[in-house]
Amino acid sequence: MREFFEAPWPWYVAGPLIGLVVPLLLLLGGKVFGISVNLRHICAAVPVPDRFRPSFFQYDWKGAGLWNLTFVIGIAIGAFLAVLLLGTPDAGQSVSEATRADLAELGVADAHGLVPNDFFTWSGLATPAGFVLIVVGGFLVGFGARYAGGCTSGHAISGLADLQLPSLVAVVGFFAGGLLATHLLLPLVIGGGG
Amino acid sequence: MTTKPSTVQEPEGGAASREPGPADRRPLALLGYLAIGMFLGFVFIQSEVVSWYRIQEMFRFQSFHMYGIIGGAVAVAVISLQLIKRFDIRTVDGEPIRLAPKQWGDSRIPGARYWIGGTLFGVGWAMLGACPGPIFALLGSGVTVLIVALLAALLGTWAYALLRPYLPH
Repeated sequence: MREFFEAPWPWYVAGPLIGLVVPLLLLLGGKVFGISVNLRHICAAVPVPDRFRPSFFQYDWKGAGLWNLTFVIGIAIGAFLAVLLLGTPDAGQSVSEATRADLAELGVADAHGLVPNDFFTWSGLATPAGFVLIVVGGFLVGFGARYAGGCTSGHAISGLADLQLPSLVAVVGFFAGGLLATHLLLPLVIGGGG
Repeated sequence: MTTKPSTVQEPEGGAASREPGPADRRPLALLGYLAIGMFLGFVFIQSEVVSWYRIQEMFRFQSFHMYGIIGGAVAVAVISLQLIKRFDIRTVDGEPIRLAPKQWGDSRIPGARYWIGGTLFGVGWAMLGACPGPIFALLGSGVTVLIVALLAALLGTWAYALLRPYLPH
């Protein structure tokens, strides 16, 4: 029974299950699946004097976002339970042979778990490569998602599903940026700094 | 605290479909959102979409896994939305379901926010190996250093709020 639930779940199981979140949120409260807007809600909730608060953060974050913040706390709890019950998936080994070869060449020696321990640990954060991946990567995710008005969930899933052309443009941008970072920036960051 | 609404329309998420009412804060409804989130977090881990390795595999075109997952999710969402529209299906509270269309914006550069913002997001996505949902999932799975990535993402959001008047939308 346990083997039945073990990672990695195939795409034709996981994809439709993730897609189901869209109608579930709509049916429960007319809510649109979009996770990155929570970053805005959290900023709006930071207690700073109004004169230091950009107008972008001046709105009723509880009214607009309490449901969504509860939703992402659920994501963290669900992930915690998955790891507790079934263990951490060894994605570093279950990715394709070609990817493992490329990453080994790039200098990712210990390909285990969900993320490489070389970078995504507290000691990894102290290395130049780990710092760039976590801090610069995180900053761009936050900046870019808000500038584009959505992330993978808001544009690539909700937006495309609603046949919105602006979302298609955003998704093309996501891939252009991702390809640029993977093939041009990562060799410099990991090869040069780690 | 003032609750002046933003001038640039926010095309995504949160309050998109209707005005938030007190019903959104009912404990029972919040439990529902918590449960849907837990379901998603579980699937995120077991399908390995939260993995930095899987994002690398995707951007190197070395497996169909991520494309199949995103495509499968979109397919189910498209069919669901069509059914909701065709049969005028309502929320559990009997309210109509509407999605706000995304706006092109008023910049001289057409769709600037989508392709410039999207490209910047994509660079971050490939480096961090996680978009916002997976950041929360990885935190839950015990990758505690991702709290720094979350703080950096909040800093990025704050920087956008400050620069917003000067950026083409």
